[in-house]
Amino acid sequence: MTRSPAIGAAALALALGAAVLPSGAAAQARPIPPDQVRSGVTFLAPDQRALQQDAFGNPGLLWVERGERLWREPAGAGGKSCANCHGDGAASMKGVAARYPVFDTKAGRLFNLEGRINECRTAHQGATPFPYESEALLSLTAYVAHQSRGMPLAVAIDGPARKHFESGEKLYTQRRGQLNLSCAQCHTDNWGRKLGPEPISQGHPNAYPLYRLEWQTLGSLQRRFRSCLSGIRAEMLPYGSPEYLDLELYVAWRAAGLEIETPGVRR
Amino acid sequence: MAARIQIPAAAKRGEVIEVRILIQHPMETGYRVDHVGKPVPKNAIRTLTCRYNGVEILRAAMSPGIAANPYLQFCTVAEASGELEFSWTDDAGTQESARQPIVVSG
Repeated sequence: MTRSPAIGAAALALALGAAVLPSGAAAQARPIPPDQVRSGVTFLAPDQRALQQDAFGNPGLLWVERGERLWREPAGAGGKSCANCHGDGAASMKGVAARYPVFDTKAGRLFNLEGRINECRTAHQGATPFPYESEALLSLTAYVAHQSRGMPLAVAIDGPARKHFESGEKLYTQRRGQLNLSCAQCHTDNWGRKLGPEPISQGHPNAYPLYRLEWQTLGSLQRRFRSCLSGIRAEMLPYGSPEYLDLELYVAWRAAGLEIETPGVRR
Repeated sequence: MAARIQIPAAAKRGEVIEVRILIQHPMETGYRVDHVGKPVPKNAIRTLTCRYNGVEILRAAMSPGIAANPYLQFCTVAEASGELEFSWTDDAGTQESARQPIVVSG
C-alpha cells in the first residue's frame, strides 16, 4: 500500500470536521464525491452482473416471490395481512425503501425496513415479530425493497435523525478489531484496489437484501456488516442492535443517488 | 421451498423451445457445521425429472457438488398444448413438484 492509512484517516477526519454544518444532506461533504459513487454491481465480473439483471434467473427473486405470498397471508390475532392495510405492495411500497432507514417521531426511534415490518406485525397485526435474518423476514423485506428497484436512495439525516447519522459516521470511521481497521479505510480510502484477488467496493447498501454467492442465500445488510467485522477480527454485535441501525443510516446517506437494485447479486 | 419455471407461454408445433427452472434448495453438502459447531446433515436434490404431458423428457441425477438454489436450462420440441411438470426428491426424502402450462399452435 502506498497511501498511509493514518494520514488517510486524519485527512478524512479533517474533511468531515470542516463540513459539519447545521443544515441537511446538501451541505454535508460526501466522503466519495457524487460523480464517483459506484454501485457494488460495477465491481462484479460480467457473468455475475448478468445474473443480477436476469429477470428470471436472479436467485434473489425466489425470496421476492415468497415475500409477495407473505404480503397477502393473514397473520396474528386480528387475522390481517399486510395487503389488508397497504393494498397492492407494487403500488403502496414503491419508493419506500429509498427513504429507509427513517426516524419515526411518534415512536421516537430509527427504523430500517426489517424493523418497520416487525413493528407492523406487533402493533397492527398482533403477531410475533419475525426473528432477524429468518427466511420470512428476508423475504418480506426483499419484496418491499424490490418495489423501489431503479429509484435513487435518498434518506433524511436532519432533525432527530441527525444524532443517529453522526453516531453512524463515528462507527464508520472508528478503527476496530485485531486488524485495527475502520470501514472507511477500505471502502472510502482504498475502493477499486485489490484485497487479495477481489476488488474493494465502495460499500453501498443499495441492493439489500441481496444474494451473496459466498452465502449461497439471501442476506441482510446487517449480515454483511457482521461479515466485514468478522473479517477484520472485530467483535460482532447482535442482529438488530442500535449501532447497526445508525451505521445503516450513514451508509444509506453515503450512497445517496444510487439506484436500488434489490435483490442484488454479489460475490 | 419454491421454484421458478420459464417457458414460452405460446409456441408453434415443432418449434424448439428453451426451458429454464430455478429451485430454492440449500443443497447442503454435509461438510458444513452450524454456528455452534454441530454438523449440518447432507441434504441435496438427488433426482429431478421433467414430464411433458406425462412423458418424461428430462431426468437429471444431481449431487451436493451443485450450488444452492440450482438452475437448469435445456431445450425441447413443442409438440402439443398441455403442461410441463417438474418433480424432484432430496436426501431428506422431501418430494416436490411444480408445473407450467404451454400452448402450442399449428
